[in-house]
Amino acid sequence: MKKLMLGNQAVARGLWEAGCRFVSSYPGTPSTEITEQAALYDEIYAEWAPNEKVAAESAVGASLAGARSFCAMKHVGFNVAADPLFTASYIGVNGGMVVCVADDPGMHSSQNEQDSRHYAIAAKLPMLEPSDSGECAAFVGEAYELSERFDTPVMLRTCTRVAHSQSLVKLHERDEKALKPYEKTPQKYVAAPAISVKRHVVVEQRMEELRQLAETTPLNRVEMGDTAVGFVTSGTCYLYVKEAFPDASVLKLGLVNPMPVQKIRDFAAKVDRLIVVEELDGVIEAHLRANGIRVDGGKDLFGPLGELSQNKLRAAMGAALPKFRTYDEAVPGRPPVMCPGCPHRGLFTVLSKLKLTVLGDIGCYTLGSGAPLNAVDAVLCMGASIGMAHGFTKMLGEDAARKSVAVIGDSTFMHSGITGVVNLAYNKSIATVLVLDNSITGMTGHQQNPTTGLTLQNEETYPIRIEDVCRAAGIERVRVVDPQDMAATEAAIREELAADAPSVIIVRRPCALLKYVKHNPPLSIDPDKCKGCRSCMKIGCPAIRFTDKKASIDPTICVGCGLCEQMCKFDAFEGGARA
Amino acid sequence: MKTTSIMIVGVGGQGTLLASKLLGNVLLGAGYDVKLSEVHGMSQRGGSVVTYVKYGDKVYSPIVDQGEADYILSFEILESARWISYLKEGGHLITNTQKTWPMPVITGAAAYPENIVEKLSALADVTAVDALALAEQAGSAKAVNVVLIGVLSRRMDIPEAAWLKAIEETVPAKFLELNKKAFELGRNAG
Ligand SMILES: Cc1ncc(C[n+]2csc(CCOP(=O)(O)OP(=O)(O)O)c2C)c(N)n1
Repeated sequence: MKKLMLGNQAVARGLWEAGCRFVSSYPGTPSTEITEQAALYDEIYAEWAPNEKVAAESAVGASLAGARSFCAMKHVGFNVAADPLFTASYIGVNGGMVVCVADDPGMHSSQNEQDSRHYAIAAKLPMLEPSDSGECAAFVGEAYELSERFDTPVMLRTCTRVAHSQSLVKLHERDEKALKPYEKTPQKYVAAPAISVKRHVVVEQRMEELRQLAETTPLNRVEMGDTAVGFVTSGTCYLYVKEAFPDASVLKLGLVNPMPVQKIRDFAAKVDRLIVVEELDGVIEAHLRANGIRVDGGKDLFGPLGELSQNKLRAAMGAALPKFRTYDEAVPGRPPVMCPGCPHRGLFTVLSKLKLTVLGDIGCYTLGSGAPLNAVDAVLCMGASIGMAHGFTKMLGEDAARKSVAVIGDSTFMHSGITGVVNLAYNKSIATVLVLDNSITGMTGHQQNPTTGLTLQNEETYPIRIEDVCRAAGIERVRVVDPQDMAATEAAIREELAADAPSVIIVRRPCALLKYVKHNPPLSIDPDKCKGCRSCMKIGCPAIRFTDKKASIDPTICVGCGLCEQMCKFDAFEGGARA
Repeated sequence: MKTTSIMIVGVGGQGTLLASKLLGNVLLGAGYDVKLSEVHGMSQRGGSVVTYVKYGDKVYSPIVDQGEADYILSFEILESARWISYLKEGGHLITNTQKTWPMPVITGAAAYPENIVEKLSALADVTAVDALALAEQAGSAKAVNVVLIGVLSRRMDIPEAAWLKAIEETVPAKFLELNKKAFELGRNAG
């Protein structure tokens, strides 16, 4: 039977079919749905870990216990999980272990565009790269076979277009795998110098064996056609090549680390021009050049930036492009914005008013950087806001500390904010941290996290209290405010900025999109009372418009939160909670 | 059969994903190879959203490029202007006339262009409908997506029964009648 499935859904199906029993991940676009979908299978234990490092370590533990285990993460999540995974390569597996890493060329929802293939090479882990949903499911099974046969975790690399495209998947039954007995084997599992010295030898031997396998595995396949041009490619790029040049010869790599050098050499000998098509870095190209294989085109044609597409290929290869017409007037952009009723809006309106230096973090609240709030000064990676605020205020001193804050979400705080807070207390910082607790991991589409009191399956669990964590870490000034009350929020921030000690303000109100959050009827504006002062426009709400020198409200999207009303000095608002 | 390409464009939160799901089910039921591509995450927060739907004997690339779309189904008129270059020569644009102001227009940094339908009509074959009014007539502003699918269905070579079956499979039972009505209103409009 065949079914239309999202790439991520197909990975989950592949996990189930391959007898996987354990999944631990931290959400991250475009990898998130794998774990949500895996949780729907009774035979798979699935959970949200607080971050990717814990997820990967848990998957290693489950593998030692003899289960086929798995974790998924976005590309930058691998940075967090890299420490355990680089050494997991040395200790190997008991039950098979697969790590999916989802790249985001074009940065549809990411802070950078790093290429995960470098990690596979650096950590000496085999890496498979599917092109579509069918391959997503099938390659998971292949990955587990390789993992157990070669005693190594195996990486599965996807990208946005694979993870978030739907295509047909052939369904199979589950191949139930009993737990492999665990045997105490310190000479393999204890990564201490004397042992790792020997394990490194094993790792190198394993890579050599995998290189031989790469030459013959059907994961790497040659499709001979017209020999004027031969393309070496993988993943979605294979699909772009087939779309733009259906008659050309193609060598499709399914195993992208290690690569089949001889197979590519033979292919190169059969075609007039050898072109390497890969998104982001020239990883395949560099490898071919290092092995003395003639490359007639690669990054010189396609560049290292963003996604490729069939038209980009056509243009780079000098082929004709389809004709099209453009709209010849400027079309205003449509950047993402905080939703109507978003609890982050009240806080950022206050931060913007106070003109503070805001060391930001990653989540929906990153949108506080956009117009008209323009409230964020810097964003780096998850958890970085607190460290950045520490270094910033240490160097610029007390005056700067009184004018700057770190801003971090609840999920991000649990992910990697806690050690930053420990550092504030330990190193006598006077920085002020605002934890934006909207009771959910918002940006990635509403996942539970350790503060919400619910598991991935929505079962009740211990709700970790951010205030307790901060106090235990040595922060004495901890308080809670509701960002809906902008005056109280402003007063709290002013007080904590003035204090000679590190402080944490928990800015608490649930995400407006949560099902249990009740909304008020829409507000309206009395045009006679509106003086056109634009104060209400400062909050950047998509429900407010300004025409003919008056503000008005779009009742189809207003949720009656009333923040705009708090901005008005002329009592022009009606409806909302009153209605 | 050659691959046919459809682009669904709109504003995050407008229900474009349900439209692509419905379309996918119809095409799958008709026995085609189908690919759908959508972008989740950041783009959903009221930003511009695009979904690609492609079908034929064998579909390779999941994305639609400039000059490749046989149909663009647009949920918002400014988005029609933004994506019109993706329409193939001889392709059809089906657009909702509804306007949703983007933040640069709200803040006054940019103006919302005027007479977009007229200008687009000079560039391509355009069907413009007030899908919001029809959706409200059917019983809910949320049914804009099914109204637009109804408009598209008239132009595609797939029997009406197949569309209705896909609607039954895709929407929750308690909204079925409403959505069937929305579909018919769309199918008979434009
Ligand atoms: C290392 C890493 N893992 C995952 C992500 C994906 N990601 C971006 S924001 C975010 C969580 C945001 O949740 P929270 O901090 O609660 O803020 P909210 O979006 O709810 O405002 C995640 C998981 C990332 N950018 N980096």
